[in-house]
Order: sequence, then C-alpha cells, then structure tokens
Amino acid sequence: MIKKRIIPCLDVKEGRVVKGIQFKGLRDIGDPIDLAKRYNALGADELVFLDISATETGNALMIDVIRQTARELFIPMTIGGGLKSIADISAVLNAGADKVSLNSAALNNPSLINETSEKFGAQCICIAIDAKWEENEQDWYCYTHGGKKKTAVRTLDWIKEVEERGAGELLVTSMDYDGMQQGFDHKLLSLIQQTVSIPVIASGGAGSAEHFAELFVATDVSAGLAASIFHDEDVSIQEVKELCESKGVRMRHV
Amino acid sequence: MIALVDYGLGNIANLTNALEFLGYDVVLTHDLEELEQADQIILPGVGHFKDAMNRLNQLELIPVLNKLKEEKPFIGICLGMQLMFDYSEEGNVDGLGYLPGKVKKITGTLPVPHLGWNKLQATDSLLQQDVYFIHSFKVHTDENVVASASYDEDVVAIVQKDSLIGIQFHPEKSGDKGLEILNQALKGGFIK
Repeated sequence: MIKKRIIPCLDVKEGRVVKGIQFKGLRDIGDPIDLAKRYNALGADELVFLDISATETGNALMIDVIRQTARELFIPMTIGGGLKSIADISAVLNAGADKVSLNSAALNNPSLINETSEKFGAQCICIAIDAKWEENEQDWYCYTHGGKKKTAVRTLDWIKEVEERGAGELLVTSMDYDGMQQGFDHKLLSLIQQTVSIPVIASGGAGSAEHFAELFVATDVSAGLAASIFHDEDVSIQEVKELCESKGVRMRHV
Repeated sequence: MIALVDYGLGNIANLTNALEFLGYDVVLTHDLEELEQADQIILPGVGHFKDAMNRLNQLELIPVLNKLKEEKPFIGICLGMQLMFDYSEEGNVDGLGYLPGKVKKITGTLPVPHLGWNKLQATDSLLQQDVYFIHSFKVHTDENVVASASYDEDVVAIVQKDSLIGIQFHPEKSGDKGLEILNQALKGGFIK
C-alpha cells in the first residue's frame, strides 16, 4: 500500500533557504543543495522548494538550484513560487522539477490550471493554497502573495474548482496554524481531503513528531510538510516516521 | 550509448541525470541516425497520452520506433510505458501497440493520481522496494507483468516481453533502490 509522505519544505530567496514565521520576518538558514542532500540522506520522501525571490536574478538562481539538486538527488522535487506562465513551468520542469506548485498565478488566472494540466499532465500540477479562517464570515478564504493579500475566494469553493480544472494535488497551508508549532489544522484538512479526490499535502503547524502522527491518525491526507522544525533539527524525519509507524501509519524507510 | 527519445515532453532532465549518475552515456535525440547508433532506446514521458502520440506522429517517429524495438532493448518509462500498449482512454487514441492491453483512468476510493511511494510486489527481491509513482492512468493487461503495486486495485508497475520493458513508476525518482532497478532494466531486465 501507498506510504504517507514526510516532506521538508525549503523556502528559497535569491538562492538561499529561509523560512518565515507566519510569513513574516525571514531568516537565512542555508544552501539549498546542501539541505536537499541532507534531507535525502535522512529519509525525506520528497522535497518542496518554494522560490520566494521577487527578482529575475532570484528566479534564475532557482533554476540553477533545481538543476544542481536534480543531478545529485533522486527523489521527487516540487517547485513553487512565482511561476506565472507555461514558459515558467516548462523551464523548471526541464531543469529537473517533477511537479510545480501554483498559488497566486492560479487564483489570478484559473485557466492556467487547465492549460498546464493538459500540456504537462495533471500529475505534475500541484495547487498551493494559503487558507485563513475569517471569524466574521465563519469561513476560510484564500490568500495570495505569500499570505499577504486576501482574496474573495472561499477555500472550499476553490479546491473544487482547481480539481475540476485539472490539478493533480493540493498543498494546503493553514495560515492560522503556520508557525505556531501546535499541530496541523485537522478540521480544515479533513474537510478539504473529504471534498476532493486528489491527494492533499498538509502544511502549517508542525512542532513535533507527535503532530505528524496525530495528523495521519485524524485525517486521510497523503503527506505532511514542515520547514523550520526540520531545519532547526528540533525533530528528525526518522523520529517522525518511527512514531507514525508505532501508531499504525505506513512509512517508507531508506 | 543510450538514446532517450526526445519528443518534447518533460521528465527527460531527471532521467538523463540518473543515467549519467549510473555511468551511462546518454543522448537526447529524435535524429534517426543517432537513434540507430544507440545500444538501447528509452522512451520517456510525462504528460498527456494523446499529446504524446501527436508529437511522435509530427516528428515521424512512429515507424522509426517500430523498427528500433525489434532491433535493440527498448524501455518505456511512465507515459512511455503506457504508449507501448494498444489504446488509452486519455484522449481516446491508439498507442504504439507493442504490448496487448489498454490504458484506463485509475478508479476507486483512494486519491487519483496514484502519487507517492508504494511497495512493489514481485518474485524478484531486487524489486520488492518502495518506489515513487505518479500517474492517473494505468495499464490493464494480463500479460508480461513482472511487478505490481497495491492501490485499490493492483497497478501494473513493470512489464517485460523479451527486450521490451515498461516501467510505470519513476525509477529515476525512487532513491538508491530506484537507480538499482533502472540499472537492472538496462542490463537485460527482470526475466531470469
């Protein structure tokens, strides 16, 4: 049977890995290729690179990072951040990405999902969603631009739309839980997982190995993603996998 | 020299990387002469079945591939494997027809695409590994199956008929074990 995936996420800015705390206040962590190699050796099932550079130089550096990483690592790699066109997506896939993750560009131009899914196959189109609970409206809404800009799009509407348009996977970040290290947002993630039939990657809130085990026991999501706890070595991937297996969750071992 | 058939679909960078890492010389080409000079042919591919067949047609590669698969080891990977069968629901088009079987959308209660690490079921212990799958369509065939994986219904993971091999998962993305399986495919495959 299929294994649950543990995915370290590397936010890359101008060719260096950084991680925002609730999307604010970035700090430098390191060289993406070194980190990618470290995670591969430690048993990461996949890597996600999010390019948060806002410059052309940064995007070009990202292509180099993908190319170099793909020469040395033979596990799946998803690239997101700033991809706006078929040409952008083509460039990262040709450099060695296996999947692309689209967020703001998909919300701004939903037909991009149809076009890219038809051209490259649904399986390499992952739609990233930054979702935030609105107390006044009693509902979740999608945010763009790295969580800075609220849209009028309800998260639960959007996930159905992107699936219909040909998305192959969802990467859902709960902005309410992100950076809090109190566990994943089971309520949101369960709702989403039950609404769509494509795989869901859970993101936002992991602070311990227990949080991954709780996620996989409480919900049917396919993968759990985290950044800072792995970068800071607060928790090892091995520890996460052993704990999950002790709760009956199937994991891959290297 | 291994020739990777270049027909403009993705996935080729990673396969090239993996083959070079294993020490093979690789050429990415749709040039008739280069294909004929190669010792082995790999048909890669990620994307849409119909789009892939259209591209092979436009490049006039189909008669070339038909000839090459009779002459030398021929390996199809992911969509490249699916193309070797009779027909696909994805675009409702005929494939290359090298192996009997049809390609259909994965159905059932589990998520589609079948995406992630799944364990191969096979008699060969080399193949009993977790490997990385990512596909929404799967091959339906009763013949030539060397390995499968369990996902609602079984998924055909490796087929082999003589020197014709198909691999549904991504050996170039399945870590060290995946590279070993890819290497074995290039060294004659899995039929003892």
